Amino acid sequence: MTPLSLYLLLSALLFAIGLAGALTRRNAIIVLIGIELMLNAANLNFIAFWRYGPNPEALAGVMFVIFSIGVAAAEAAVGLALIIAAYRHYRTTNLDEINTMKG
Amino acid sequence: MVETMDQIFVTLKHWLVGFAPGQCQPLFSAVLSVAAIILAFATLFAVTTLLERKGLGRIQNRYGPNRVGPCGILQPLADGVKALTKEDVIPDTADKVVHFIAPLVLVMPVLLALAVVPVGRNMAALDTDAGVLFFFAVGAATELSVFMAGWSSRNKYSLLGALRAIAQMISYEVPLILSAVTVIMAAGSLSAVRIVEAQSGYWGVIPNWYVLTPWGLAGFILFMVAATAESNRSPFDLPEGESELIAGYYTEYSGFKFALFFLGEYLGLFAVSGLGITLFLGGWHAPLPGLDWVPSWLWFFAKLLVIIAAFIWVRGTLPRLRMDQLMGLAWKFMLPMALVNIFVAGLWRFLPGGVGRWSVCSILVVGAYLLLGRLLAGRKQPGKRVYRYAE
Amino acid sequence: MTVPFAIIAFLTLASAVAAMSLRNLVHCALTLMLTFAGLAALYLQLGAQFVGFAQILVYLGAVAILIVFAILLTRASEPPRRSRFSATWVVGVGIAAGVFGVLSGVILSSRAIAGVLRPPPDLTVRQIGDQLMGKYVLPLEVIGLLLTAALIGAAIIAMHEQRGSK
Repeated sequence: MTPLSLYLLLSALLFAIGLAGALTRRNAIIVLIGIELMLNAANLNFIAFWRYGPNPEALAGVMFVIFSIGVAAAEAAVGLALIIAAYRHYRTTNLDEINTMKG
Repeated sequence: MVETMDQIFVTLKHWLVGFAPGQCQPLFSAVLSVAAIILAFATLFAVTTLLERKGLGRIQNRYGPNRVGPCGILQPLADGVKALTKEDVIPDTADKVVHFIAPLVLVMPVLLALAVVPVGRNMAALDTDAGVLFFFAVGAATELSVFMAGWSSRNKYSLLGALRAIAQMISYEVPLILSAVTVIMAAGSLSAVRIVEAQSGYWGVIPNWYVLTPWGLAGFILFMVAATAESNRSPFDLPEGESELIAGYYTEYSGFKFALFFLGEYLGLFAVSGLGITLFLGGWHAPLPGLDWVPSWLWFFAKLLVIIAAFIWVRGTLPRLRMDQLMGLAWKFMLPMALVNIFVAGLWRFLPGGVGRWSVCSILVVGAYLLLGRLLAGRKQPGKRVYRYAE
Repeated sequence: MTVPFAIIAFLTLASAVAAMSLRNLVHCALTLMLTFAGLAALYLQLGAQFVGFAQILVYLGAVAILIVFAILLTRASEPPRRSRFSATWVVGVGIAAGVFGVLSGVILSSRAIAGVLRPPPDLTVRQIGDQLMGKYVLPLEVIGLLLTAALIGAAIIAMHEQRGSK
């Protein structure tokens, strides 16, 4: 069976990939995807700790992930709506060009 | 004898699995189940295409296919040979990899979805605790396939068809799932096998099916309408409306890949009809108490064929909707109706049984139906119908 | 380490890297779906069936479609003319590598996580439902409110401005 540390390492690597994408890409949608990846990496940690933890009957890890998935869905919807609204205003989704505070 | 016929496939599988060496047995058993699903539903697919062409032909006052074999019953074979031997055209500008993967992404989740539908006593390939959720989860993946097909073709008709299809599938997934929720509440389980068990037994000669309750009937009708839209069938076939979009998202597909799309679409129809049977029509239970001697799997497929016949009938009868009518039906009528239905199902669960419960729940369902219909039609007064003829 | 875990982990990581680095945004979105599917498979492997199915339903069914629609609506599916990475990408990669280094250092040196694997808990959907309706009923209601607010908010933000145009 796979040890816990491998799941944690996988999740850390996913988090780092998401972070790198969110920090380096120009396109706002890809930045949002990077954030989603980071959220998912955290979810994987919750499930792994729930499974390997001392008290799996408490279901705390599973519950947290269920709520986290719900929040992530809301976040994606609002984030993408904001990106579309910004695109309508600036005609671009390039974050380097969306830099004025007052339109 | 009755027991043997009922369990013949289960016994056969156990016998075959016995030949496999000890460690490979679970894997071998899974492979056998998958092979059985593919074989059974591919055969049903062939039968359905023939029935559909024949039935539509009758409805439209023509013969339908009648050249291949006696009365044209070998037509599916000819269709298959034709699809396999045709040239596989890939557009020059297409995104080759995505274009290739799209039909596979359609067929695989549909086959997975079929695995949780119990086609007979002890005959669900995958009896998981969250079976219905699994069904809807893998069903959601088909939307992705539609997008991949439409986008990768680099064709405006394909893209428009895909966007229409996705909008339609997402809109109708909401009433589809909400109408299934009533049954999950009543049975107290997400497992398809458990839901079928909850509908066993008879009240006199009337079976304990959920469709024979006020909320069950409303839920079944909502479910089947949403299922028609989910599987892109007429009258909800705007994504592939020939007169507007050629063939929608699979305009640029030919040969075997087109056949895969066709297969995936029909398998999806079987899967969602099978789920409807499982949820509302008592699964593999016999409709009358005295008919238990007929094998359970035969009952399931008989019900499935009846539903397919109804789908063909609807396709031959109703004209295609307009896009705004389609969306309006999903969001303005079916969604509120499904929510009211969930409330009624909850009421049914807690009211004491008897005539009072029946009348209260029926009045609520029918009242909501009339009220919603009246509200939606309120502003539009249909004028006198005017006929215009070509000069 | 078992073979299924290795395969799923490799697929998840490879598709995540692809999602973050490909030129064509639609390809990014599609490979991201592979990442989400891989994560769902990992959840299933860990015995959290309900969460795995919910992950597929929400991410592959809803978030994926949202993302591809956003990409099409913002005309971002054509590859950009200039570099797709921002000017300071070295710093970004450096920070991410640093974060990973710290995290992996902590994970590998920690003795608290040498947990033993107990037999899989008999997790039924009924238990989750009971907990959601009992102990966690307040978060459940709050998330319902949040989703409703997000639904309305997203629709209003993305709606066409009616002023000025006919």
